[in-house]
Amino acid sequence: MLEIGLGHYLTLGAILFTTGVFGIFVNRKNVIILLMSVELILLAVNINMVAFSAHLGDLSGQVFAMFILTVAAAEAAVGLAILVVFFRNRGDIAVEDVNMMKG
Amino acid sequence: MLQSAAFYILAGIAAISALMVVSARNPVHAVLFLILTFFSAAGLFVLLGAEFLAMILVIVYVGAVAVLFLFVVMMLDVNFVALKQGFLDYLPLGGLIGLILIGELTLVGWSWADHRYTGATLASPTPEGVSNIAALGAVIYTDYAFFFITAGLVLLVAMIGAIVLTLRHREGVKRQNIHAQVNRTRDEAIEVVTLKSGEGIG
Repeated sequence: MLEIGLGHYLTLGAILFTTGVFGIFVNRKNVIILLMSVELILLAVNINMVAFSAHLGDLSGQVFAMFILTVAAAEAAVGLAILVVFFRNRGDIAVEDVNMMKG
Repeated sequence: MLQSAAFYILAGIAAISALMVVSARNPVHAVLFLILTFFSAAGLFVLLGAEFLAMILVIVYVGAVAVLFLFVVMMLDVNFVALKQGFLDYLPLGGLIGLILIGELTLVGWSWADHRYTGATLASPTPEGVSNIAALGAVIYTDYAFFFITAGLVLLVAMIGAIVLTLRHREGVKRQNIHAQVNRTRDEAIEVVTLKSGEGIG
């Protein structure tokens, strides 16, 4: 129990991933919290990547964690830009009534 | 002993603050808890020996992404209490799906056999006696150069996309037209007027 191994980090990753998915389900209205939940999910994946990288002694896990970080930052920037435009058009950010694209 | 204590403290803070992110009533608090989660994760990365990623996590996430979130949360004038309505309605479904997911992940963890890979199968084995940053730099710019450039391209596309999405031209705003300014000639810019003494140009 006192020796910290791969399993401990994978457990933490699983907990963070589940928290992120849970957050997506309970915050159906607030897009900002939805985006933050996606960031949590990506962080969980990063923790798994780095844990396996340290466990196996392979650097490629850390390299790929860095690329995931890049994509996550880009995704947050574009997502928040879409959110700002949506707020400008609707005056609200409730996702439940995003049906403007419906024919 | 010290290492395991540090792991449990950081992991506990990360898990609890992640739960607070999704359940906080005030979105500003949610962003602050997200920052705390990232800081704890950075500490865990240091424990794992990935110092460069820990620094990148603090700089990119806390310094850029979280501040961007905070900026947008404070800029939008939204009634966040109304957005929190229905939280309890979705709680049973979300809890059920979360339980199913954690059960599945536990099954995967149990059934996963720890094959001790030999060094021959590793894509880029960690070199001995080199710091983490030097080892990463040695592979990023050689083996993963194409991916590195592609990551830069992704960031460029995201930047252009964010600018194009949020840029708007307001009507009735005076703008500087540099082309017209530079192309003025002496003839249209200067006029020689003869004045009688004691009178204005009126």
